[in-house]
Amino acid sequence: MRVSLTVNGRPMTADDVWEGESLLYVLRERLGLPGAKNACEQGECGSCTVYLDRTPVCACLVAAGQAEGSEVVTVEGLTAGAEPDSGLHEVQRAFVDAGAVQCGFCTPGLVVQAHALLADTDGVPQDADIREALAGNLCRCTGYEKILDAVRLAATRRHPSPSPPP
Amino acid sequence: MDFLRPRTWAEALALKAERPEATPIQGGTDVMVEINLDKGRPAALLDLTPLPELREWTGEGEMIRLGAGVTYSRLIAELGARLPGLAQASRTVGSPQIRNRGTVAGNLGAASPAGDSHPPLLACGAVVEAESVRGARLIPIGEFYTGVKRNALAPDELIRAVRVPAATGPQYFSKVGTRNAMVIAVCSFATALEPGERRVGTGIGSAAPTPRRAPDAEDFASGELDWDGRGPLDPGVARRFGELVAAAAAPIDDVRGRAAYRTHALAVLARRALGWAWDDYRGNS
Repeated sequence: MRVSLTVNGRPMTADDVWEGESLLYVLRERLGLPGAKNACEQGECGSCTVYLDRTPVCACLVAAGQAEGSEVVTVEGLTAGAEPDSGLHEVQRAFVDAGAVQCGFCTPGLVVQAHALLADTDGVPQDADIREALAGNLCRCTGYEKILDAVRLAATRRHPSPSPPP
Repeated sequence: MDFLRPRTWAEALALKAERPEATPIQGGTDVMVEINLDKGRPAALLDLTPLPELREWTGEGEMIRLGAGVTYSRLIAELGARLPGLAQASRTVGSPQIRNRGTVAGNLGAASPAGDSHPPLLACGAVVEAESVRGARLIPIGEFYTGVKRNALAPDELIRAVRVPAATGPQYFSKVGTRNAMVIAVCSFATALEPGERRVGTGIGSAAPTPRRAPDAEDFASGELDWDGRGPLDPGVARRFGELVAAAAAPIDDVRGRAAYRTHALAVLARRALGWAWDDYRGNS
């Protein structure tokens, strides 16, 4: 079947999609967007997290046909408002600066999910809220502390503390 | 495999009548796992996500009518105060990404004994609204679960909504697992106090072939609790309540836990949950 959707702001069409195929497979194998990663294929690891109609979801659990007519944003699309010199979104920059990337496989899912957390949070989120938001994203390298640092760093840079009164 | 995409609820019912073997798909958090891991390949997928009416909930008097497409995330955000037991259970489902897609109706369709929605639905006496081209019918939750991953739906029926009574007293859900997220329950328990009826409701998860109530525990606690005086919970009553809940279970040994552990843990969960609920009730005097 044919599936038409908007990905990262561009209308796209995939043909010969198998009816049981996931959105993740369509993004990676048919539309040339390998940012979202394929690992567990059962919603356990979060490495395929993308925005589907502005909501973060596991792309492996969305049937491709369910995404017909929808708006998808993948990690590749976050750089639409990127820093001009680095080409990175502020969340990605914070992951690099905090040393939150080791093998990198879980990073795209974590970046999308952290992006969603910060979009929904005024100021710097509490640690408990960061842990809850990232509970469905598994990392097998870094042990998460640097990832938490990265989220706090991105939030702090976005909302610098007001300077003390003179 | 066919991918069926109805534009209206009437069309969805017609398609299900024509193709009773089609598997309805909403959040996909169960159905897609089966397909991805090649555990089963449905003859057809019937996609219910295009139907906006399923995404609505309405408060009809003391009953909340929860459309089959309302996600856990929205239930938590919008109905946490009116359906506290179900909202607590919803918060323990998977991860944010899963809760953004998964639905209570999907939990009912899958009818896994471990589904997190089932104990609170049993504890508060929910009713499943099933519909087919032949008409609609209401299935009391106690009659809905018929076996492991089996339910009372006819092959041509779809779940339109779940009717959940708004809480009239404290409700609690509790679950045992290896971590605080992404956990399929080792066992779980829900209770709901209905002070007007002087009733205690119960629901047991992941400790029998189907989710089930503990009627003896309900009758015992309903009769023993000091509803008028709101005195402290007698530890002996709490302990006996836990024992009766555990006695209502019929667990097995499996990869997530042993039967003996489940029985023990259920008694603890039930005793604690009744204590929390009773403390809330006393605090509201």
